[in-house]
Amino acid sequence: MIRSDIIKNLLPVIRDELVVCNIGLPSQELHMMDDQPTNFYMLGTMGLSSSIGLGLALSQKAKVISIDGDGSILTNLGTMPTIANNVADNFILFIVDNGSYGSTGDQPTYAGQKTSLAKVAEACGCENVVECQAEEAVDVMKAALASDKMTIIVCKCESGNIPVPVIEYDAPVIKYRFMEEVKRKNA
Amino acid sequence: MSVSNDIVQSLVRNKVEFVTTVPCKQLAGVIDIVENEPSIMHVPSNKEDEGMGLCAGAYMGGKRPCIIMQNTALGVTFNTLSSLTQFYNMPLPMIISYRGEIGEKVAIQVEMAKHTKALLDELKIQTYHFHEPEDIKDLDSILNHTYMSRKPTAILTDSNFWGGY
Repeated sequence: MIRSDIIKNLLPVIRDELVVCNIGLPSQELHMMDDQPTNFYMLGTMGLSSSIGLGLALSQKAKVISIDGDGSILTNLGTMPTIANNVADNFILFIVDNGSYGSTGDQPTYAGQKTSLAKVAEACGCENVVECQAEEAVDVMKAALASDKMTIIVCKCESGNIPVPVIEYDAPVIKYRFMEEVKRKNA
Repeated sequence: MSVSNDIVQSLVRNKVEFVTTVPCKQLAGVIDIVENEPSIMHVPSNKEDEGMGLCAGAYMGGKRPCIIMQNTALGVTFNTLSSLTQFYNMPLPMIISYRGEIGEKVAIQVEMAKHTKALLDELKIQTYHFHEPEDIKDLDSILNHTYMSRKPTAILTDSNFWGGY
């Protein structure tokens, strides 16, 4: 299974939650398969999906899922101690770990070699860290949502991409409709 | 210490409820007060672009954010300021320790001070320079302006403003 298979399988579980989605192909795949105002698509700034998601989770009550990638976590590795030390039980960080920089041509990342992001998360102090295989993603996500505990999921999968269109929304439109959903969920 | 307190009081008056910081000697006092201010959620970040991501999330969660940081980090935040904060029209007051100006004791700090205003100008970020302690009087209106405009603004605070460190 590749990232787009995982996202497709997760759609019924995450479609009503606030989702902050990583730059590039993950956002484009989510946008193509199930465009929702509850999706915040990152059009730029590699590495900040987890930071945006944490800031959002700490600032309001609704559940927040950040869909991130192993390469993006490595770009912003400082995010892990910040997450661990600022617990938001409405926050789930879902890392699609395909061991490659998918959006730029599948160059290998260190997470696909010696580096374990699950162990990094644990070493940084994250308390609920689950490493799973792609086939287990839906069950693990359901359990994390039901637990009401901040959870870091490292989901291992194959690298590979499907053709997707670029996102044509203007960034402030993405932000505006997302913020309306945040307000609605907190009303 | 008094300008540190004045800054935090201005943040509180303007309902700033989410503050991220990356330390600087000049900012030690204000960071300490932010940490102990009950109306502010203080989330220290490890790097300034990470902090700007946190602030973007906090803003979308309905909180007024602010980042307190040192000018030497401006270079590493260029992409984030451009492709996140500016591209999505998000407000972000940046209270910046302006190291390397008159009164500086560490020569290396001058190197980034030379670039600070040029970098902000290149990003077309409205920039305010606090040189005298009484310049703090403008902070309320700068904060108000920032949230109105939904853009990042820079408040450069130099050694003279802080009265040394």
